[in-house]
Amino acid sequence: MEKQDYLELYHQMVLIRRLEETAAELYQKGDIGGFLHLYIGQEAVSTGILAARQEQDRVITAYRDHGVALNAGLPVNLIMAELLGKETGVSKGRGGSMHMADVSKNFWGGHAIVGAHIPIAAGLALADKMEKRDGVTICMFGEGATNIGYFHEGVNLAKAWELPVLWVCENNHYGMGTPPSKASAVSEIIQKACGYGMPAYDVDGMDVMAVKNMVADRLAEIRKGSGPQFLEVLTYRFRGHSMGDPERYRTKEEVKKFIENGPIDRYHKFLTEQKIASEKELTELQKKADKQIEEAVKFAEESPEPADDTLFDNIYVEDLEGGA
Amino acid sequence: MAIITMREAISQALWEEMERDPKVFIMGEEVGVWGGTYAVTKGFLDHFGAERVRDTPIAEAAIIGSAIGAAMAGMRPVAELMTMNFAFSAMDHIVNQAAKIHYMFGGQMKVPLVIRAPGGGGRQLAATHSQTPDALFAHFPGLKVVAPGTPEDAKGLLKAAIRSDDPILYIENATVYQQRGEVPDGDYTTPIGKSKVQREGKDVTLVTYSKMVPYSMKAADELAKEGIDVEIVDLRSLRPLDMGPVIESFKHTNRAVIAEEGWKSFGVGAEVTARIYEEAFDYVDAPIQRVAQKEVPLPYNRHLEQLALPQVEDIIKAVKEVMR
Amino acid sequence: MAEIIEMPKLGFDMAEGTLVKWLKDEGEKIEKGDMLADIETDKATLQVESSASGVVLKHLVEANTTVPIASPIAVIATEGEQVDLEQLLGGKALPAAKAAQPQESQPIPSAPAPGSTAASASVSQESGFIKASPVAKAIAADKAVNLAALNGSGPGGRIVKRDVEAALQSGSASQAVQSSPAPGMPAPAQAQIIPGQDTRISISRLRGAIGKRMQESNQNIPHFFLTRSYDVGSLMQMRKQMNEGRDKGNKVSVNDFVVRAIALALRQFPNINASISEQEIIQHGNINVGVAVALDNGLLTVVVKNADQKDLDQIGWETGQLSQRARDGKLRNEDIEGSTFTISNLGMYGIEEFSAIVNPPEAAILAVGSAQQVPVVEDGALKTGWRMKATLSADHRITDGAEAARFMQHLALYLEQPWRLV
Repeated sequence: MEKQDYLELYHQMVLIRRLEETAAELYQKGDIGGFLHLYIGQEAVSTGILAARQEQDRVITAYRDHGVALNAGLPVNLIMAELLGKETGVSKGRGGSMHMADVSKNFWGGHAIVGAHIPIAAGLALADKMEKRDGVTICMFGEGATNIGYFHEGVNLAKAWELPVLWVCENNHYGMGTPPSKASAVSEIIQKACGYGMPAYDVDGMDVMAVKNMVADRLAEIRKGSGPQFLEVLTYRFRGHSMGDPERYRTKEEVKKFIENGPIDRYHKFLTEQKIASEKELTELQKKADKQIEEAVKFAEESPEPADDTLFDNIYVEDLEGGA
Repeated sequence: MAIITMREAISQALWEEMERDPKVFIMGEEVGVWGGTYAVTKGFLDHFGAERVRDTPIAEAAIIGSAIGAAMAGMRPVAELMTMNFAFSAMDHIVNQAAKIHYMFGGQMKVPLVIRAPGGGGRQLAATHSQTPDALFAHFPGLKVVAPGTPEDAKGLLKAAIRSDDPILYIENATVYQQRGEVPDGDYTTPIGKSKVQREGKDVTLVTYSKMVPYSMKAADELAKEGIDVEIVDLRSLRPLDMGPVIESFKHTNRAVIAEEGWKSFGVGAEVTARIYEEAFDYVDAPIQRVAQKEVPLPYNRHLEQLALPQVEDIIKAVKEVMR
Repeated sequence: MAEIIEMPKLGFDMAEGTLVKWLKDEGEKIEKGDMLADIETDKATLQVESSASGVVLKHLVEANTTVPIASPIAVIATEGEQVDLEQLLGGKALPAAKAAQPQESQPIPSAPAPGSTAASASVSQESGFIKASPVAKAIAADKAVNLAALNGSGPGGRIVKRDVEAALQSGSASQAVQSSPAPGMPAPAQAQIIPGQDTRISISRLRGAIGKRMQESNQNIPHFFLTRSYDVGSLMQMRKQMNEGRDKGNKVSVNDFVVRAIALALRQFPNINASISEQEIIQHGNINVGVAVALDNGLLTVVVKNADQKDLDQIGWETGQLSQRARDGKLRNEDIEGSTFTISNLGMYGIEEFSAIVNPPEAAILAVGSAQQVPVVEDGALKTGWRMKATLSADHRITDGAEAARFMQHLALYLEQPWRLV
């Protein structure tokens, strides 16, 4: 890995952090509507995963998707515009926070129904398999999604058909406010993968390099034909499930403990201790991120609202007389 | 022109489309070795191979979910639900995923998916296996719903559906697989979203689709003996719903009966009736009549089941009522 | 001495009247018998006469106010008289005046009484709403068909498309089709369609009253109908001779002959010259023949009093005067009150025959068609002759078919031997 690559990971994580902090402010101002699920605390997960993927590898995730979108290469301006519901947004203002995607970046969304994208991921992989392409589909979901039927149907099918999927369970310890100890038959999510006959691994999700290396290994094996694999990434979100979460399910002390050992601070320390980057260089990157976010807000705010006459656009690929 | 059954028409359409386009494949419970529980895909496995004739687990969310994923990734899956009733197990994937993905991501993803689903009652399968929930699915913008009533349209609509870039629910009716009819020679498609006058008449407009088309034909033959000249408009597609031929017919006859196999409440008849009143109120000469299934979960007992289902006699009675 | 003028009762069933216009202003001199105000009742616009002479001291109600009968509307005093209005009016309540409002628009038959017997069940009890399908209404509007005159063949008496089409095709439906006026008849004033634009006309009191009255009659009276054809050859010849040399305003009409004939025939049929109340049948001591007069916005019945005692010329002159007053809106109460039998004559429009709705509380009404030259067989030979058809609509609670038939037969005596009329 070149120095520039290390710095790029740092930059991406900081950019996610700034994006989410700004989104929270804009939400509180009323500029962002609907639900807003922040990725603060989990930056190392998607940054590590996306750093390990190759272009032909598809990524699909759940509704906590801003970080994945940034790591997948979606321009921050367009992400911000989507949050503000503008025509220039990645989904033309039709999807919002939970439904970001960019097919050209092999990022297949942003899906808001818990677990529903898991069988869809199997289908993406099925297409690659049938077309004899060597891409792997990386499907991310929370530990809460492993309790829903779609998960079991999806991972079962993928294994039965030996589809090239890397299942990534982002275990941030709470499905909304309920921990696995209360909601899941087994508290160790990884055990579920064993039941489906898949190779299963776990990794510290607060360590971006660990995630990246782990995912790179998994993708290489799957690409060689191992069939689907399962990876549990242990992480933690610093903010509530979504805006307005009273967080009665956990203590401030618990949150503080995780924040003190947060993924950006850890990587920052790693870079300086290993003399990969200087404090000054990292400060520069922070400033760069600040500036990017500032510009993104400006871009989004100045972007046009979708025109009224576009309301019915894209209901179908083939529009018919009489509309929908 | 050849005279073939509905089953043969559907089978031919699938076969011809699979021959035409290697991206077309079929998947579902028992479509391969078994040859389809209604024998529609008999012989396909031997000819096209297991990669394109995929037996699936009994897991509808996995079937439809993975079919959506494959479609998003460029394949043209035809997913078979063993019966329409099992669509409820995949409800989220049909109405919340397939129907929304193109719109919600600003038009960047396509879901060229066909879901085949035989529905209808009359086979003593009791309440859970005998439903006609067509209207329910037609409620959702983003999904197209077609339901042919003749072998010609069965073949033409399925071919059109497979070639369409939109998600389409293709509703069959298991009790009329043996119905025979003339089918044009060679390759042809039937336009989606176009109603058709299947029989011309001047006294009353009988709007119908699917299984009720042959029923309506019989009723019209009987009524002709009594001097009542029935015009039959076959909707063929429930969404998009083409009211053009219905309104045109109604403007001449001023009287209408709508016959469907599903329940009356909130049904196809309700929609068509409302649209006639909206679009042609000044042409109304008599209250519009609806023929539909009695509002009861279908019973197992043969007599009771037939009592609950709409019959040819019910159509005749309704036409006479509307002709008073 | 000051005198209170009250809202007069201008008809037996009048409960209130709308003071449309004051004809004498406050302070204006007035003689007893002078017209004080225009009053619109259910039946007509009438004029209130002053029952005192002096000056109009005070209008107690404003124009366009509806007040109950017997409520004070004005005070007439001698010139210079000091009047304590409060004391004068004393216990008399000031009218509980309510501003005249356009009546809630309710669809009513567009041409009621004459020829509307067939409206039957298509006209609903409460509102006068015509039960017709939308397409029937659309065609009727397009082709100027009077739906109220049609019998609905649909469920519950609904008028449907086939009824309107049948009416348009068949000759019998001519009564339903609103014909253009016959030559010489006044054309309706506003009969003009503005393309693409609906015209909404609030229902006048007169129109509302016609609708209500005819609806009640049609629903409550068990009607039966008798039609007879009369040989009016002699009558036509006699009329021609009588009118020779007379100037236009002075000519005797066929209708005058009919009024006279009816009046004489009724002398023998006290039970036809009758009316009904809840408890009893009243056989009237006078023969007052009402004649339906078409107006631009409805119709009225003017009354030829003691018609059996008046000759043809007198009847002709009176009906002419009454009709003119009706058209001018200058009718007096006595002009329209007290008929004991009514005639509706559409012969001048070329109507061959029709049936009419009984004008309650009377026992019967005679619908008179046109006198026409028709082929007739006399002594085995085909000839031309004059025939006129008349249909008697009678109230079965008062009379029966046989009696009514004898009356129609008796009527022939006068119509077919017109010298009996002079």
